[in-house]
Amino acid sequence: MLQASGVSKSFDGRAVLSGINLDLGPGEIVAVVGRSGCGKSTLLRLLAGLEQVSGGCITLAGQRLAGLNPATRLMFQDACLLPWRTVLQNVVLAAPWPDSIKTAREALSRVGLLDRAQDWPAALSGGQRQRVALARALASNAPLILLDEPLGALDALTRLEMQSLIEELWLEKQFGGLLITHDVEEAVALADRVLVMENGRFTLDLSVRMPRPRLRGESEFVTLKERLLTHLLGY
Amino acid sequence: MKLSRYLIVRLVPWIVPLLLLAGWQWAVTSGPTPAAVIKAGWRLTRSHELPIHLWESFKRAMIGLAIGGGLGLSLGFINGLSAWANRFFDSSIQMLRNVPHLALIPLVITWFGIGEQGKEFLILLGVLFPLYINTLHGIRSIDPKLIEMGRVYGLGRWRLFRQIVWPGALPSILVGLRYALGIMWLTLIVAETIASDNGIGFMITNARDFLQLDVVVLGILLYAILGKLADVFARLLERRLLRWNPAYRHA
Ligand SMILES: Nc1ncnc2c1ncn2[C@@H]1O[C@H](COP(=O)(O)OP(=O)(O)O)[C@@H](O)[C@H]1O
Ligand SMILES: [Mg+2]
Repeated sequence: MLQASGVSKSFDGRAVLSGINLDLGPGEIVAVVGRSGCGKSTLLRLLAGLEQVSGGCITLAGQRLAGLNPATRLMFQDACLLPWRTVLQNVVLAAPWPDSIKTAREALSRVGLLDRAQDWPAALSGGQRQRVALARALASNAPLILLDEPLGALDALTRLEMQSLIEELWLEKQFGGLLITHDVEEAVALADRVLVMENGRFTLDLSVRMPRPRLRGESEFVTLKERLLTHLLGY
Repeated sequence: MKLSRYLIVRLVPWIVPLLLLAGWQWAVTSGPTPAAVIKAGWRLTRSHELPIHLWESFKRAMIGLAIGGGLGLSLGFINGLSAWANRFFDSSIQMLRNVPHLALIPLVITWFGIGEQGKEFLILLGVLFPLYINTLHGIRSIDPKLIEMGRVYGLGRWRLFRQIVWPGALPSILVGLRYALGIMWLTLIVAETIASDNGIGFMITNARDFLQLDVVVLGILLYAILGKLADVFARLLERRLLRWNPAYRHA
């Protein structure tokens, strides 16, 4: 559905991405792991249409992407909620007209925050704010979701809860998506495919075919995780 | 218990003014006492002079504020949202800003005479710049990630403005408004004192010529009260419009 072929990107003549090929379809979750600064966020911004490619091309359903990508919704490490709008209004903003309020309330109730609908974002904890951001992504009707280290700023327990919530929603709504993370375990737990990025190119492509929900102690899980870590650390 | 505490908190700020007033009444040997000032106020209210002067002053303050504030806001938004407009206008505006607007009084009197427009024009000039600068600053201070997020979720230009730019710039705009209100009164006083045939400033000048010191003091007190009211109004506006911001909730 969303395809990148031979994509490269440079800023002021400095290459950040080169020769990236990627195919995101509905219902498939692809994780990208890699060291900080290797170009993961840049790839996500290209896919969302927030930046333009320097070479190669990105196509959406066969059409070359120009401008913002209407098929994607985003979630960043920072929830990016409007502080001057209530929780509900923040979600309504992304929901399609004319049922936006109904859709927004459903999305909020799905992430368990319907009772905070009338609060200001400032009154929520970091984890709750991320759940509102997730509800906002749910409420919009784009079929692909792009997540840029969405749980990076949360404490370990909240992160585990959010991971299972995201997984449930993914299975339930059948979206496809790209998950950028620096947490190898998170990638193995959530993704159907894990790509390792180093210096702006993919250097490893692993399929994860374990049944869900995945238990972190299982031997297959541990083996995959070790393999990714070994690759990343360059042993 | 709670109620009495509330009352005490409310009453404390009034202690100093009341003591001053009592001291003033008691200490005066020449010039008007507070009682004389109140009496003058009552006399001028009954003769309808005071309400008319008050209304004239209020009217010109509001007209100047509306036009100057509107211009400052619009220019701020235009320059904040378009890099080209900013390149085109900003340095000229900054240059004009550095001319003290009260220095233009002789020129303004030559242009407009002592009619309404001259005074409104001076107030307009006075309030334009604080609103311009603070609107521009408010727009600059909006987190670009929020705008980006809005675009990703498909907000068009108008909704980006309504949902993100306007509320994001509002705290700074309200700071500009409070500043502008201060300048507005100052300009009004000066303009009315120098060239006018009605308004509080005229009332004061006129009373001085007839040595009615009680009316002079009354006029000065009225300016103080009006200034205070404007400030209270701006605060209420802040509290109402910036409810989302924890810093203003209990202010
Ligand atoms: N807008 C930009 N202008 C210049 N350099 C950029 C820009 N965005 C990203 N970069 C550079 O691209 C490289 C990759 O950044 P990024 O994609 O954010 O990495 P990651 O998300 O993997 O940590 C970094 O060296 C960064 O400095
Ligand atoms: Mg990044």
